[in-house]
Amino acid sequence: MISAAEQPLLAASGLTKYYGAQLGCRDVSLDLYEGEVMAVVGESGSGKSTLLQLLSGQIEPGSGEVRYRTRDGQTTSLWEMSEPARRFLYRTDWGFVHQDPQRGLRMGISAGGNVGERLMAVGWRNYAQIRDAAADWLGRVEISQTRIDDTPRTYSGGMRQRLQIARNLVTSPRLIFMDEPTGGLDVSVQARLLDLLRRIVSDLRIAAIIVTHDLAVARLLSNRIMVMKDGVVIETGLTDQVLDDPQAPYTQLLVSSILPA
Amino acid sequence: MNALQLNAVGKTFVMHLQGGLRLPVLRDVTFSVAPGECVALTGPSGAGKSSILKLIYGNYRCDTGQIAIQAGTETIDIATAAPREIIAVRHSTLGYVTQFLRAVPRVSALDIVAEPQIARGTKPDEARAQAATLLGRLNIPERLWSLPPATFSGGEQQRVNLARGLLPDHPVLLLDEPTASLDAKNRAVVIDMVRERKQRGAAIVTILHDDETRAAIADTLIDTTRFAA
Repeated sequence: MISAAEQPLLAASGLTKYYGAQLGCRDVSLDLYEGEVMAVVGESGSGKSTLLQLLSGQIEPGSGEVRYRTRDGQTTSLWEMSEPARRFLYRTDWGFVHQDPQRGLRMGISAGGNVGERLMAVGWRNYAQIRDAAADWLGRVEISQTRIDDTPRTYSGGMRQRLQIARNLVTSPRLIFMDEPTGGLDVSVQARLLDLLRRIVSDLRIAAIIVTHDLAVARLLSNRIMVMKDGVVIETGLTDQVLDDPQAPYTQLLVSSILPA
Repeated sequence: MNALQLNAVGKTFVMHLQGGLRLPVLRDVTFSVAPGECVALTGPSGAGKSSILKLIYGNYRCDTGQIAIQAGTETIDIATAAPREIIAVRHSTLGYVTQFLRAVPRVSALDIVAEPQIARGTKPDEARAQAATLLGRLNIPERLWSLPPATFSGGEQQRVNLARGLLPDHPVLLLDEPTASLDAKNRAVVIDMVRERKQRGAAIVTILHDDETRAAIADTLIDTTRFAA
């Protein structure tokens, strides 16, 4: 069923980060395998966003390491890679969806250009092919083709977020990081985005780490969950098990604090 | 060989928000289910019947004992398996039909039913065709197939949930009150479907309050009051 030889795609061990005397997160370890979706949940200040930045190589840990298995089967420590090698990963194998789409998009260029730019960064040169691929992805995130030449400035928040997702996925990454992807959106817009994300991660069998404070989002999208508080991991496990039978006092508090709809 | 074997399974909930209150629910749960056998758990409400199903599915963490499931040529102990092993067992071997459908916003009834089958590797078109057949058999009108079931009646939602749970050919099936909100006609359909699955070798654990349905499908009754902790 599961090959024992299968190696994790991403493996973190003992990740620790302080900002001066302030703890970001301490001693976090995890293994993520291909096709797995892990949610990292916790309240503001729990260290979940710091962890996401560490895992995605945006900040360097004070101690501990992150290892990633590249397409050639080699597993390498992120900070032992050369800067160009790491950048290459960002452009090809990884995606990063920011909570604020303005951080993940170029607001001054067209939607088609936003998606096409990622393709050009990995060597695509044929304009017609790039435009076709961009149009295809806009369709998949439910953005009308008639808007392909408009800039994201003219888009609503939900559309911008869908565009950011298209921009990230057009290069067929193997791993995608998402920081509160539905944060700041209206509930009806959230539902559409969640449905889209759910389909994409299952159709493409893409691995994902999703930071969210919303347990319903975690339940809908993830199969594994990590609960964080004050920079440390409180509990990890199968998403439905942790949410239906939480063991740690803090997780019980989180789960019991949700208002039933 | 047993498809499913529970050995000395125990479960206690610790409620940290109530000052660490310990709530023992089950102890020494031991029984086995052979391929083609249907075991019905009996006992009054609160005896822990649904908890046993949740322990087997891995929804609840098993404190003590083993829950061995035959998954292909391997035996997996759900009590100690890693999350990704449990996920793999759920794909390949273990199905669970809960009492209530967890509807996902915007997803049509047809896609909700086809989804687990697609996840197991069936081509989407084929899975949707199979889903349509099953929804038809369960008397869900075709005009509803393309709609999200959030607004369906209780009985319709339960039938969508049954179709979703019964479509994949899982060798071990957990059925929590599969006929609770169904009328006689649909109850008969479900009884037929469960019998077919037994004939194909599925091992089934179920909770049924309706004596008639129980008599029609269960081979073995297990009184859960003897597992009371």
